[in-house]
Amino acid sequence: MKPVNQKAWLLVVPVVLCVAFSAILPLMTVVNYSVQDIISPERRVFVGTEWFKAVMRDDDLIGALGRQMVFSLAVLAVEIPLGIALALAMPAKGWTSSAVLVLVAISLLIPWNVVGTIWQIYGRTDIGLMGAALAALGFDYSYTGNATHAWLTVLLMDVWHWTPLVALLCYAGLRAIPDAYYQAASIDGASKFAVFRYIQLPKLRGVLMIAVLLRFMDSFMIYTEPFVLTGGGPGNATTFLSQYLTQKAVGQFDLGPAAAFSLIYFLIILLLCFILYNWMQRVGTADKTEAGHG
Amino acid sequence: MARIELDLAHAYGPNPQRDEDYALLPLKMTFEDGGAYALLGPSGCGKTTLLNIVSGLVTPSQGGLSYDGRDVTRLTPQQRNIAQVFQFPVIYDTMTVAENLAFPLRNRGVPADRIKQRVGQVAEMLDMSGQLNLRAAGLAADAKQKISLGRGLVREDVSAVLFDEPLTVIDPHLKWQLRRKLKQIHHELKLTLIYVTHDQVEALTFAQQVVVMTRGKAVQIGTASELFERPRHTFVGNFIGSPGMNFLAACGAADGIEVAGRRLAAPKAALSGLGAFTLGVRPEYVRLAAPNEPGAVPGVVTQAQDIGTYWLVTASVGEGVDPSLLRARLSSEQTIPRVGETVWLSIVGEHTCYYVDEDLIA
Amino acid sequence: MDERRFKKRTIFLIVYLVFAILPVYWMVNMSFKTNEEILSTFSLWPQHFTTDHYRTIFTDESWYSGYINSLIYVAINTVISLGVALPAAYAFSRYSFLGDKHVFFWLLTNRMTPPAVFLLPFFQLYTTLGLMDTHIAVALAHLLFNVPLAVWILEGFMSGVPREIDETAYIDGYSFPRFFLTIYIPLIKAGVGVAAFFCFMFSWVELLMARTLTSVNAKPIVATMTRTVSAAGMDWGVLAAAGVLTIVPGAIVIYFVRNYIAKGFAMGRV
Repeated sequence: MKPVNQKAWLLVVPVVLCVAFSAILPLMTVVNYSVQDIISPERRVFVGTEWFKAVMRDDDLIGALGRQMVFSLAVLAVEIPLGIALALAMPAKGWTSSAVLVLVAISLLIPWNVVGTIWQIYGRTDIGLMGAALAALGFDYSYTGNATHAWLTVLLMDVWHWTPLVALLCYAGLRAIPDAYYQAASIDGASKFAVFRYIQLPKLRGVLMIAVLLRFMDSFMIYTEPFVLTGGGPGNATTFLSQYLTQKAVGQFDLGPAAAFSLIYFLIILLLCFILYNWMQRVGTADKTEAGHG
Repeated sequence: MARIELDLAHAYGPNPQRDEDYALLPLKMTFEDGGAYALLGPSGCGKTTLLNIVSGLVTPSQGGLSYDGRDVTRLTPQQRNIAQVFQFPVIYDTMTVAENLAFPLRNRGVPADRIKQRVGQVAEMLDMSGQLNLRAAGLAADAKQKISLGRGLVREDVSAVLFDEPLTVIDPHLKWQLRRKLKQIHHELKLTLIYVTHDQVEALTFAQQVVVMTRGKAVQIGTASELFERPRHTFVGNFIGSPGMNFLAACGAADGIEVAGRRLAAPKAALSGLGAFTLGVRPEYVRLAAPNEPGAVPGVVTQAQDIGTYWLVTASVGEGVDPSLLRARLSSEQTIPRVGETVWLSIVGEHTCYYVDEDLIA
Repeated sequence: MDERRFKKRTIFLIVYLVFAILPVYWMVNMSFKTNEEILSTFSLWPQHFTTDHYRTIFTDESWYSGYINSLIYVAINTVISLGVALPAAYAFSRYSFLGDKHVFFWLLTNRMTPPAVFLLPFFQLYTTLGLMDTHIAVALAHLLFNVPLAVWILEGFMSGVPREIDETAYIDGYSFPRFFLTIYIPLIKAGVGVAAFFCFMFSWVELLMARTLTSVNAKPIVATMTRTVSAAGMDWGVLAAAGVLTIVPGAIVIYFVRNYIAKGFAMGRV
């Protein structure tokens, strides 16, 4: 068990200060706005839960929320296994490891609006490599006209963009496994799959938890890339939650509703992440009782 | 259980020219079947390299080794059927203690009831029978090391068990328990055990034969008393014993030897013909002598420490000519000289050793 | 040993790398084409090769100062993030204290809000502090999402180091700072490397806050790049060239932390 030491708080104080400074004050402002009708900077009327009720009553919200859930789950379903597989395939040492690291990391470094823009061209059948290739293979591909194609393109773009995050976390996690474990497994006659199942995967639990939560959160908040690529279309096929709420808030030009929407958004993510986090903790209790934690 | 013969050298670089290029200088040694050996030496001396060569985790760049006469140089650790316990506990976190112990047997396709029996036996031997169904990850470090050891013992035909400083992360007050357990297991199972450590107490209590190593060279193999009485290398003299051997510069002279500024009778005739050499005598064998006693030199006491069961007295000898410090372990029953007193210390005797260029000559 | 498995992994790796690089190649391709060519023809390499876009970037002061500005605040942010995160992660990993689990989760919740939420409050806050249009403002604002991330990643790696190592070092007589710097940090190198890279990356690409809090002096490259829509339409070529150029600092960063990430757990003679 970890020793109890209240003095450890001293080590945590700087972090709390940094984050609180950036978070609590603005958050309080948002809460403040969300319960007011701000007609002009001077005229504000307290409206209580008015905006929250308006948001909940909106039918389109359910649709956007549903699309968002499907998208985020699809993202996790593809990126997590792919990221793990990639991390296992990346070389551990030598010049090739540096080269591969750099190549894999590139997609993460491109500003998100540029990502959307590039894929816009990339997916066009007349002037883009992928579009032209798909057309040449006989597909009637159109991410602007066909809802399914749009969905798949947005998903593919996200996979291209963010799988390296999962891969890098897992890669670092794999490197942190001491050689002795592999040596012991070799001595015990373990097969490659057994090594993966009993040594690598358990040791990756920590980083996988981070990867899953991060990707879930970020995909739930995704805005720029799909907005630039499809604008939410065709129709509202790729209008996910953040774009939907931004449309609402911008459309109404109101700080009050916008703030309320933001809070609701935050609470939805908070709830889902909380559930996810606790579920993963329970599944991985072994980790927490290992040397170091327990 | 196997008899392991080594005739090899190892260098990490491609073309070793000088001694420094070698991780292990050429050596030939034999570990007898069922013997308990320790590889003792400071950090970087090559003992872990040697252990890994024996286990198969490293292939020697020159030469080879054999188990029971069979050349195993190119075989993997699994093929050699050895077991290794590492510096920190290596266990399978997701499995219980029983599953951990069963793992090597399951991988070899041993039938389930046989596995259960074997696991029970090994757990019994390690006093872990009550913990078989606990999650291995939640146990303390010493229990985990026992599991690591158990995974090695569970295979009945294991050829040797190798230990790489296994007590490093164990609480000091539990170390002796584990050491005793290892000795017990050795006694019962008569396995070949090879134990790497930098702690001489561990080595000397655990092993029947100790291999003392320094800078890639195995300088002496012997029992604890051999290493103590007749260290074949100044390094051994210094490393073994607490404190280590005293070394005084000496040289041959016409009718005897010159040491610490005194002319003494040559204990062995050959010595008087030598140039420079080193005289080595353990503090345990330095005793107070009468003035001008043959084989004794004068010195001024600089320090006298009461260790409890004995006194450690340090004296400066060879004043003016070749000053050095001489340490003596004196029993508390004697009159202990005080700091500043001049004393005579007998250094030449049957336990004294003589070295030229670090190697024992007499 | 497992020759076939090794080959399968290499093939998979190569396939993925091709998948990863193709859009980048397309971007590089576009960066050397004229806008007309981009929008009209499909060609695997530029028919009319032009370095105009790059020239625009390198000669227009607002472009390359954008680079410098971004590098400055990203560097400040990464240093502060790691600096406060390391001790906190150590505390979370090694000790139990009042509210520890809750604070740990709370940290992550700060990443759960769309950044748009913070724009107005941040604007007001930094205006009040007189820090508008400074690098430090953006660096501080980005602490919001980078510090929790760094703490989480570092905590994960620290928990993988057995506590016995700390204790053995104390027995060997190390003072805490010396232990932390010379023994502990090398053991969690991979975590430090990856945390540093992610802090750099998330701060580098963040657009909304960086654009809101800056106007002229500290304007980052990401903001400059959204200025590419003109009367003639989107300046695709310049955007592509800028995109290519934004990869460079990040690639350098990951090249430098590769040893941290790749060496991993080096458990020497403790």
